Amino acid sequence: MKLSPTFILVFLCLSFHQRILADDISFTRDIRPILSNKCYKCHGPDDDARVSEMRLDTETGLFHTDYAPIARGNLKKSAIVERILSDDPDIRMPPTSANKDLTAQEIRLLQQWIKRGAKWEPHWAFQKPHDNTPPGPRKRQWPNNAIDDYIANRLTLNGLTPSKITDSYTLIRRVFLDLIGLPPTSDEVKEYSSTIVNKDGEIDQDAYSSLVDNLMRRPQYGERWARRWLDLARYADTNGYEKDRDRNMWPYRDWVIRAINSRMPFDQFTIEQLAGDMLPMATVSQRVATGFHRNTMLNEEGGIDPLEFRFYAMTDRVATTGTTWLGLTTGCAQCHTHKYDPITHRQYYEFMAFMNNTDEPDLDIPDAATDKAHEDNLARAGELIGKLRGQYPHNDDQLDKDFQAWLGEQRKRIRNWEAVSPKKMKTNLPHLQLERNHVIFASGDSSKHDVFELDFDIPRDQVTAIRLEALPDPRLPNYGPGMTNYEGTIGDFFLTEFELHVDGKRIELAKATHSYAKNRYGNQDTSAQLMIDGDIQTGWSVHNGQAKRHVAVIAPTSPIPAGHWKVVMHFGRHFSSSLGKFRLSLANDTKPITALELPPAYEQLLYIPDEQQTSEQRNTLLTQFLLQTSELKEQAERIRALQEKPRYQRAMVMQERPLQNPRPTHRHHRGEFLNPREEVTPQPLSFLHSFPEDLPRNRLGFAYWIMSKENPLTARVIANRQWDAFFGQGLVATVDDFGFQGSPPSHPLLLDHLATQLIENEWSIQWLHKYIVTSATYQQASRVNPDALTVDPENRLLSYFPRIRLDAEVFRDAVLQSSGLLSPKMYGPPVKPLQPEGIASAAYGSPKWTASTGEDRYRRSLYTYTKRTAPFAMFNTFDAPSGESCTAKRNRSNTALQALTVLNDVMFLDIAKQFGTTLSKQDSSPPTNVEEAFLRILSRPPNEIEMRTVTRYYQSLLNEYKANPKLAKTLVGIEGEAGTEAAAWTGVVRMLFSTDEAINKK
Amino acid sequence: MSHNPLLQLTRRTFLSDCGVGTGKLALASLLGSRLSEKQAIAEVDGANLAGNVQPHHKQQVKAVIHLFMAGAPSQLELFTEKPLLKELEGQPLPDSILGDQRYAFIQANAGVLGPQFKFGRHGDSGQEISEALPYLHTIADDICMFRAVHTDQFNHAPAQLFFNTGFGQPGRPSIGSWAMYALGAETQDLPAYVVMNTGGGLSGGAGLYSSGFLPTVNTGVMFRNQGAPILNVSTPAGISDQSQQETFAVLRELNEQQYNKLNDPEIQTRISSFEMAARLQVSAPELMELNRETQETLDLYGCKPEQASFGRACLLARRMVQRGVRYINIFHSGWDAHSNVKGNCSSNCTKTDQASAALVKDLKRLGLLDSTLVVWGGEFGRTPMVEQNPTLGRSNGRDHHPQAYTMWMAGGSMKPGFSMGQTDDFGFHPTAEGVHVHDIQATILHQMGLDHEKLTYHHAGRDFRLTDVHGKVITKAMT
Repeated sequence: MKLSPTFILVFLCLSFHQRILADDISFTRDIRPILSNKCYKCHGPDDDARVSEMRLDTETGLFHTDYAPIARGNLKKSAIVERILSDDPDIRMPPTSANKDLTAQEIRLLQQWIKRGAKWEPHWAFQKPHDNTPPGPRKRQWPNNAIDDYIANRLTLNGLTPSKITDSYTLIRRVFLDLIGLPPTSDEVKEYSSTIVNKDGEIDQDAYSSLVDNLMRRPQYGERWARRWLDLARYADTNGYEKDRDRNMWPYRDWVIRAINSRMPFDQFTIEQLAGDMLPMATVSQRVATGFHRNTMLNEEGGIDPLEFRFYAMTDRVATTGTTWLGLTTGCAQCHTHKYDPITHRQYYEFMAFMNNTDEPDLDIPDAATDKAHEDNLARAGELIGKLRGQYPHNDDQLDKDFQAWLGEQRKRIRNWEAVSPKKMKTNLPHLQLERNHVIFASGDSSKHDVFELDFDIPRDQVTAIRLEALPDPRLPNYGPGMTNYEGTIGDFFLTEFELHVDGKRIELAKATHSYAKNRYGNQDTSAQLMIDGDIQTGWSVHNGQAKRHVAVIAPTSPIPAGHWKVVMHFGRHFSSSLGKFRLSLANDTKPITALELPPAYEQLLYIPDEQQTSEQRNTLLTQFLLQTSELKEQAERIRALQEKPRYQRAMVMQERPLQNPRPTHRHHRGEFLNPREEVTPQPLSFLHSFPEDLPRNRLGFAYWIMSKENPLTARVIANRQWDAFFGQGLVATVDDFGFQGSPPSHPLLLDHLATQLIENEWSIQWLHKYIVTSATYQQASRVNPDALTVDPENRLLSYFPRIRLDAEVFRDAVLQSSGLLSPKMYGPPVKPLQPEGIASAAYGSPKWTASTGEDRYRRSLYTYTKRTAPFAMFNTFDAPSGESCTAKRNRSNTALQALTVLNDVMFLDIAKQFGTTLSKQDSSPPTNVEEAFLRILSRPPNEIEMRTVTRYYQSLLNEYKANPKLAKTLVGIEGEAGTEAAAWTGVVRMLFSTDEAINKK
Repeated sequence: MSHNPLLQLTRRTFLSDCGVGTGKLALASLLGSRLSEKQAIAEVDGANLAGNVQPHHKQQVKAVIHLFMAGAPSQLELFTEKPLLKELEGQPLPDSILGDQRYAFIQANAGVLGPQFKFGRHGDSGQEISEALPYLHTIADDICMFRAVHTDQFNHAPAQLFFNTGFGQPGRPSIGSWAMYALGAETQDLPAYVVMNTGGGLSGGAGLYSSGFLPTVNTGVMFRNQGAPILNVSTPAGISDQSQQETFAVLRELNEQQYNKLNDPEIQTRISSFEMAARLQVSAPELMELNRETQETLDLYGCKPEQASFGRACLLARRMVQRGVRYINIFHSGWDAHSNVKGNCSSNCTKTDQASAALVKDLKRLGLLDSTLVVWGGEFGRTPMVEQNPTLGRSNGRDHHPQAYTMWMAGGSMKPGFSMGQTDDFGFHPTAEGVHVHDIQATILHQMGLDHEKLTYHHAGRDFRLTDVHGKVITKAMT
């Protein structure tokens, strides 16, 4: 009989499944996936989607006595069976339109299961894992630890045997790449290939174990594993969407590296990232950790609705939290109740409510170096101030006269300002808080058109001027004084209209003047006057004046009476731009209208009559005089520059809202921002573990709830993801979905063992890593096991070690490491390696890509600047994520564009040239150089055939370059024989970088 | 990639049968769609070669050229005459029309602005087109116009993403990626999904042609306007073609050795991908040899072989279609007329009108229009109301308008000389035959033989599709 390939394939798949599931039929493993795939969409948790009463996702529904979808042990009485077997298209289930026909195998399994009594089980992943003893038979020779018992057991059941421990070269390269994301140096290859092998030529497990410890102590370990975490965190260095401007996210990235290297237990690692700001006495580091959920995108396109995109950021946070910690596709319930898992539409928003009560400020990261620099600058400024008097180009008498005259001018100007506090404040959205000294601080959300209404009882009569002080504050974006946190000038404001009503009557305002005004856009006018012109499109802004105090003074056409004052301020343009901190003062004297004042501390001194001044006060004023006189302009500028406080690095963090201003969360009909319905409160997912009574129902309580030992999911999800990192696929293949639609674990007992042991070992990921890499399973040879091809074609049983293509970053780092170019520099702002023209400029605004110089060009790849709308070309080609959404598993493609990249890309060529040139300068024979190149790039010496092939290739290149030295000069920029040698070796390493072995871990 | 033994078997057999080691099968996995077991079998059975999904119905077109007018052209200047706007110029729209629409820049009560160009009726079909598009007049009888297209998004990046991926935020597969995933590649020598950008940078960024959650091989390959068209397709200076060939040969030798040692089929795929790379190095420059075109053709498009322009991109697109490229996106940015909508239209029409019309004419005379779909249009339209803002220095512009705008298609089974969709007297709301962007997407897929409701991909717990749970094929506009 000639078998069709289709048949063979089906046969192979079936036989695989049958053997792996040899024992008996399990509801979890065999039946629920069928029901979930084929039935739950219409007979599952979603009330709205359910077309009939019949519900198959719960035990009650499945065995319902009235319409009996399943009658235990009785095929005839089971409604399901009748429906799926029916020939009548009107009766048959699933309906043809659903395109979900059951296969013959699925029908058979269902029937057998019913016949055998239809044993039901709750979903495995929603039940707490229990540790267990590995099943026998135990192989005495093979196992290093319990992992191997579980693996061996499954292999044995399927008639397979594990592969031998691999050779030392392969194992060294493998464990280096896995633990620190870098290949060993040639010296390390030489050293460890002898030290980890015992006299029988086998791997000495003790020596290997200490190599593992050694690697895990290296700082590169944190860099390697941080990169994987950043995939989940959707880390990027830009905001995303159209403008995709830069953001300061890297302090968070550095926090992740440090946390991993400090061996922070995973529960702490989680709690700090979800709610570090809410921990008692939260440290700066703990607050920086909350950057995890600041990695959401920020739309800065002109005219967007900021609240709409904040809502999208929240939905991203729900989905990301679900994927990262629970292995649940929570995002599915945004628009309607989950079609498969028991998450209702309402529960989705209750889950969101835990995280929704936050503001998203920037946080100063104080550092001693900046403080010291500031102190030094101030001291230097003090010295310079001391010299000012001597530098005044006139004699003392004249100075005295000039100073006195200046004082007189100033005193003519000063007014009887009295700051006032409102008795009532109202806005459309931002929260206004009255602070000390009549200062008003705005926080919370802001819209494109905010209106502040302030009510005062003003006893003062005949008011002739109103002063509005716009004040800076570190709590504001860019220190304020504005709230603008996207699109426009960050920290600016745009006050479009300032209105005053007294006892219900609109007061006519005649004139307004400012201390400073600047528009971000072109040469168009902006001024205080424009905020009283009745045109909502014009107003006052202070572009480039952030972190400073600015003043506007407004005068009415005629004095304003005492009474009930209502000040109305309109803010906004095509982005939200309200004032963040301000104060109002009134004067009722008759002085000229001006907003030019001395800084407040000095201004106060002007009110003290000469005879009452202390000499210190007088000196202070004298200094102010000297600093403003045109004759000392240069010195004054220098002093002011020195006095300016240098900025600390800032980090993007989460901050729980003040009690007075909680943000309500609503259920959104169909998941639409514009469709909010009833308000919801924070509630845990009810089908998981309960929420301890003593935990607060806020973000911090939520974080503790996730890390609760009762949580059935998190430890499994985390352990599974580590497994996936080493073996290329998880024990649960769907690393991001442990719900009904996820795939059942290949080794359920092993998964539960790892999960419970992870908790037992105090959530130490390092413990788990070591446990895995010291197992015999991990140390197997990677030659494809021919026996497994039929039984286990996907190698889920691990009868050999799977070869895996390196991640984009690991591959680039490996190439840099081989070449000796890799910079060990850690942390700090992102850097830009070389990349071809035309990549960055494809993004909005056609930005330029200027490659970093010096060692920054050769930093580890996780420091590479990540621009969401124009990802780094090589990373993109090698399947790195662009940071737009949480990525639990990367693609691993194998394409012609990758081939072209390694061979021809400017970055790889630059590296190859330097490596080639270095090799060419070694005073050694070609075979020695070939061996060195092999050791560095492939972490092993070449075999004889390879040596011949590559040496021949080198000779051929050399001959060509010798015949055409100009060509060599073009390639490596070196003349003469040195150039031809360098060019030939460049060719050799370039070729070796491209070998499949260099691009893979085996 | 799967370690399926059958796949391995078929792949190897197929590769060796092909001699050079790269055939359609390998190509499907390299540049086209990800190879599934099903395909491998299909290959062996000699059935459909390329894709993950068999076409759901008869394919009308083999290729799509999508001329994306980024920034949103003004339908009120180009396609739809609204005399009432002239009459009421300066007056606000009635509240009953406005509803609670949010605007990017203007106040809802801004006055209306009259059309800035004269309109006429063109071709036997009498299509209404303004004087700003004289070349389009000449193909009026070839195009099918949608005069009441509406979208869900009112900002550029979300709306561009929405049009190209069916969702307003980045991360979903583009139409081209879905097509690639479903149908795979036809060409052996070029990327099958190509993106060109002739204007400034794109609001939607790389998300506009990303494969999203589909396998990354389905991502659009951006052709560059300068230097080698495909990234890294040129052998670097200082390396001769001969040694590049030798490099490929040595790599093959070393990789074969590894394969013999490890038996992993992925190594064979790697070998194939390098061979494919070698071919790309030859075929990409050939594609770019525009001086092989006649002067008459260059004049038709109004382009010069060496100078990047929208016309040149259109001509390249035609050459790509002839070489089996399946999906081509040409982005032209610059239509965002917040100020001086008249000047904006004039300048963008000068850049794009001639070549857009030339493309349709050229495809038609080469007999390719039946098997190629040309799509022209932006992410939304522009408001009947004027935009002026002294602070921003803007006057006589128009803001974003998602409710109703105009697009056209040509080729495949789209009705030539046909027009559908009407709007109210202000051009604000559709009044008849409105189509949604999801309908346009469904129609594009339909032309490629794909049912937008059946083309799904399971990701993050559910089946995703281009049109979410919406979209209707616009059968009325098809023959």
